[in-house]
Parts: sequence; structure tokens; C-alpha cells
Amino acid sequence: MTKARNAWGWAVKTARLMVGIPDYETYVAHRKANHPDEPIMTYKEFFRERQSARYACEKGRFKGCC
Amino acid sequence: MPAMSIQQKFLWAAVVVLGAISFAIVALTRGEPVNAAWLLTASVCIFFISFRFYGLWIANKVLGVNAARATPAVVHNDGLDYVPTNKYVLYGHHFAAIAGAGPLVGPVLAAQMGYLPGTLWILAGVVFAGAVQDMTVLFLSTRRDGRSLGDIIRAEMGPVAGTIAGLGVLLICVIILAVLALVVVKALQGSPWGTFTVFCTVPIALIMGVYSRFIRPGRIAEMSIIGAVLLLAALVYGKTVADTPALAAYFNLSPTMLAMIIIGYGFVASVLPVWLLLAPRDYLSTFLKVGALVLLGIGVLIARPELQMPAFTKYVDGTGPVWAGGMFPFLFITIACGAVSGWHALISSGTTPKMIENERQIAFIGYGGMLTEAFVAIMAMIGASVIHPGVYFAMNSGAGLIGTTAVQAAQVVSSWGFTVTPDMLNQVAHDVGEISILSRTGGAPTLAVGMATIFSSFLGGRAMMGIWYHFAILFEALFILTTVDAGTRVLRFMIQDLVGNAIPAFKETKSWSNNVIGSAASCVLWGYLLYAGVIDPYGGIWTMWPLFGATNQMLAAIALILCTVVLFKMKRERFAWVTVVPATWLVICTVTAGLEKVFDPDTSIGFLSHAIKFSKAAAANQILAPATSLAQMDRVIFNDYLDAGLAAAAVAIVVLMVIYAFVDIRKARGTPKITTHEIGGPMVAAAGDD
Repeated sequence: MTKARNAWGWAVKTARLMVGIPDYETYVAHRKANHPDEPIMTYKEFFRERQSARYACEKGRFKGCC
Repeated sequence: MPAMSIQQKFLWAAVVVLGAISFAIVALTRGEPVNAAWLLTASVCIFFISFRFYGLWIANKVLGVNAARATPAVVHNDGLDYVPTNKYVLYGHHFAAIAGAGPLVGPVLAAQMGYLPGTLWILAGVVFAGAVQDMTVLFLSTRRDGRSLGDIIRAEMGPVAGTIAGLGVLLICVIILAVLALVVVKALQGSPWGTFTVFCTVPIALIMGVYSRFIRPGRIAEMSIIGAVLLLAALVYGKTVADTPALAAYFNLSPTMLAMIIIGYGFVASVLPVWLLLAPRDYLSTFLKVGALVLLGIGVLIARPELQMPAFTKYVDGTGPVWAGGMFPFLFITIACGAVSGWHALISSGTTPKMIENERQIAFIGYGGMLTEAFVAIMAMIGASVIHPGVYFAMNSGAGLIGTTAVQAAQVVSSWGFTVTPDMLNQVAHDVGEISILSRTGGAPTLAVGMATIFSSFLGGRAMMGIWYHFAILFEALFILTTVDAGTRVLRFMIQDLVGNAIPAFKETKSWSNNVIGSAASCVLWGYLLYAGVIDPYGGIWTMWPLFGATNQMLAAIALILCTVVLFKMKRERFAWVTVVPATWLVICTVTAGLEKVFDPDTSIGFLSHAIKFSKAAAANQILAPATSLAQMDRVIFNDYLDAGLAAAAVAIVVLMVIYAFVDIRKARGTPKITTHEIGGPMVAAAGDD
């Protein structure tokens, strides 16, 4: 059961990253571990930030084009 | 690489034997149809062998990946752009980013020479050129904080070479957008069912966009399910639209009209906020694309169709009706993506290098990702080869060649040696729910018929063919149009950057008026080329696809030239043949193809000779088909000069890059030191396994 759940978890992560949204839990863990005094974006903010970053010129997936 | 155990040796020996047998069956069978399963088996064996014995060897020996060297994801970890990511998850991300329309369309067009020439080029090209390029660029970018291809060229080869490469990227962006949009136009013209379904994706995307922005922010799965259900409903309802004359009339559009709509759409989509239209369409098309490709793979395995197309057709001599030019060099630019694609060099130096956990994963993601892309190309080749050759040529030849009725088309195509009856052509059109399938150039409709044939053979039978056909059209059109949206934005940024050098105020991307002007300018650039393709008497693809292929391979040549220069600067020149061989081949192909497109005396290949022929006729007040007025004659002549200019620009860019490469290599050989500009060095052990 845990194995199936794990596989599903990886599939969801893969699908999300395919459209440019990295793992939110990883982000939160990173902020807590490395920047404990700074604010952490909520999932909603995180999603919006990542969504606009994907299509931004400076750092998105089309960065090479610019 | 640890030494192999005895079991592993036996396993690999078995893979080699299986691959060799399958390949022999595919390559040597004549006269009777070969089963697609053999082609698939041979390809998969070759992919595994090349990854294990060539890809890994390059990574370990040539590039010298270092498991102890911290990757940018580890050094700059911010949880956002730089995130150490599981290699399978990242592989999925990378594949979704590189897989586009190219590997699906190119092989379909190449099938005019039979299935074997294209297949051999896909296999050889991916193993020795495409996968090597993707992996090496990924390696270079990973060693440089995930910098872009343009940045790396500037750092390693100087600012002038960087600017030249930048112009090359601009050129390829314009041509890619025009040609891909042309593929959509050709797929939707006179097809109410397809047009209705594809148009529906716009309101569906708006609903998804609002849902994920305001109603349930960031719920990708929910919005995608909503989108998929609505899309399915649109697909099914499309048949009703096509069967109801009053409704069908709204969606039965001419190519010119479709082109205008797509250009207008590209403009609007690139000005609107991304969350409203671009992002939701991107999500929908990414999932649909990956899903459809997986489905196609499963379909081929279950159906195991026989290849109707012969191994070789007489068109290996270069007289084929689908695209102009002989096997060398034009086959090698017709199949660009799938064998080697310069576009991937941009992706490999984009987001992927910022997420690699460990350098040892570079081979799996870079080389392996490209092998998967080649697998898609092989499936596209199978899709084009399972349909009757007569039907294939009727679908892929321009109306100027085969006429506009089934009777004419059947007669002309049969006279080429591919016996087909008008009834067969009408039957296929009827099965897939279209008014006509004649001259549906561009590859997408042909692949859709192939996919519908494969799927309906085990799911739903003939009754379902219409649904499967339009599903295939929908998935191709959707992700091409997403590329058009995104590409128009990219082009806009590039134009703003370029013009901004002269007028600094224009660089401000937050200014609404700048965005509108920039978007309009980029739409005009690719829109004009698209329009020229639409009114082209030879069906557009015939003229334009080689131009697209040549520029795409030009970019691949630039990327491989960069890789070669860096290998010399790393003092690894004894292995430099790994990139020198494919770079040389691509330079030869693109330069020959470019020069032939400009100067060939054959008016069906050379743009200049065609322009001269039309100029002479115009001077004598003659009107040559397909032009119907002197004004149209002038337009044909202008377009010829424009296309000649584009081809010549591609050649000039490649030649200049080669000259810069020679200078840089000389410099690198003149010093005993390593002169490459890597960032960071052996530091803490990186995370992750290999």
C-alpha cells in the first residue's frame, strides 16, 4: 500500500514539474531549514510566483531564447 | 562505471542479438509488409545499447562527470528555480519540455522516401548527434550555474560569436512559429469538426484559468480534470457540429481565414496575463501530449500493425511530391527533432540544469531524454507507414499536383505507381468524419489517420475512427498552438531586447504599450511567413519545411560547435571527435541545403531560379500558375527573395560560427592550460544517486 502511495506521489510530482510547478513541501522544508526568520509563501503565493516565472523571459523555460 | 557481472554480460548480449535480428528483418525484408513490432524492437534495443555503451561512456570518459562536484541545484538551492530533484521526476520534466511537434511531423514527411531512410537517420542521428548534443549542452550548463546557451557561447567563444548565435535563435523562432502554425492551418482547413474542437480549447482554457486563479488557487489536478472533461465533450459534440450544416458553416474555414485567426489569437494570447490563457492551455496540452504519446506507444504494441509503405520508394531520387529535394541533404533536415534538434540545446540550458541532483544523472536525463524523443519519432514513422501509400501521397501532395477531386487525385497518385481508387480516398475521408482528405499536407492529418487506424483496430473499430482522428488532430493542434502563444511572447522579448539597444525605453517589459507593439511586431514577422505558406501553390509545407529543418539543424550545428570548442578548452581534444563528427555532418547538411535552396537551378528547389522564372514571365506580362494576377506574381517573386534571404542567413551564421570555432580551437591548443570558464569546482559531495 505504501509502495503504491509512494509511486502515486512521484507521479504527481512529475506531472506538476512538467508544467513548471516544483514541489511545495520541498520549498517549505528548504525555507524552514535555511531561512527560519524569513516569511514563507503560502501555496497560493507559491503557485502564482512559479506560474509567472515559467513564462517570464529572464528565468523561465525560454531563458535560452533571450 | 563498475565492471559488469557475468549475468549482465549475458543480458546485454541477448539485447544485442535481439536488436540485430529485429533490425535485419526491418532492413532486409522486401516485397512483403513488415510488422511494426520489429521496427519498435530494433529501435528499443539500439536505444538501450547506445545509452549503456556510448552515452555513459561519453559522460564518464569524455565529459568527466564528477559525482563529488556540487551541482547548481545544491549550491543555489532556493526551493524555487534551483531545487535538487529526483532524477525520474526531472526526466519527466525534461522530456515534456523537449517533446514537440517536430518529432511527429518530420518522420511523416520523410516517409515519402519509404520508411527505411528516415528510420536509419533517426537511429543514427539520435545516437551520434542528437543525444550527444542534448547531454553535452546539459553538462556545460550544469557546470555554469545553469546558464543559457547564448550566455555560454558568449563566455566561451566571445561576444561576437554570441551575437551571431543570438541572431540564429531569432531566425529559428520566427520560422518555427510560421511553419508550426502552417501545420495547424493545413490540419483544420475545411474541417468543421476539428476547427470546432480546437476553437473550444480557448473558452475551456479561460474557465481553467479563472478556476485555478480565484476559485481553487493552484489546484492543477482539479483544473486539468475539468479541462479534460470539457475537451472530451467538445470532441464528441464536434461530430454533431460537422453533421449540422447550419453549424458546420461557421467552422468550415478557408486556409487564409484560419491563418488570420491564428495570427490574431497569437497576438491576443501574448498580451493577456499568462494565468488566464497561456498557462492553462499549456497544462492541458502538456498532459494531453504526454498522455497521447504513451497511448500511441501502447497502441502500437497491442495492434502490432503491418507497414504498408515500402522500405524505399522511387522518391529517394528527390522528385517526391511531399517536400522538395534529394535524400542528401534534405532527408537529414526534414527529420530534425527526433534525430537531432537545435531547439533542445535551449531546453538543456534552461530549467533542467538547475534541478539536477548529481552530475552522474546527466547521461540519464540528457542522453536518455533524447532517446525517448527518438522513440516518439519512430512511432510517428510507424503511424505514417501503416496507412496505404496511395492514401499517404493523396494526403501529402499539394492541390497543384493532384487536383482537387478524388477522381483526379486517385488517377495522378496511381500514375506515380501507388495504385489507389477514388473510392478508397472517399472511404478514408468518410471514416474519419472529414469532407475530404486530399492535400492535407503538414503531416498532422496523416499521423492522425495513422493513429486512428492503430487505435480503432483494437478500440471501437471503424465507428470510432472519427473520434480517434479528431483526438489526434486536437492533441497536435493544441500543443502547437501553445508553442505559438509562448513563442510569440519569446519573440516579443527578443525584439524588445534588440530594439531596446537603440531605444532604451522599449526594453521596459512592464509597459503595456511596449508589450502591444512588441507582440504586434512578432506576430507580423511569423504571420507574414505563415501567410506566404498558406497561399503557396505547392501547399506551403513543400517549400517551408526544408527551411525550418535547415534552421533547426543550424542551431544544432552551433550547439555542437560550442561543445567541440569547450572540449578543446578542457584539454579533452583526444575525445573531441564525439562532437566534431556530428557537428561536421550538420554543417555539411545545413550549408549544402541552404545553398541549394538559394542557388539551385531547379526551380522546384532553388528560390532564386524560381524568382527569376517568375520575373521573366511577369516582364512578358505572362501569369504562371498558381498566380492568377500580376500582383500575385509580384508576391510570389517577393516571397522567393525573402525565403532565399532566410536560407542565406542560416548559411552565413553557420559559416561564421565555424570560423570562430577554428580560431578558438587554435587558441586553446596554443596553451597548455585549461581555459574553459566553469563556475565552482569540486566541493561538498552532491546529493542523490546515479
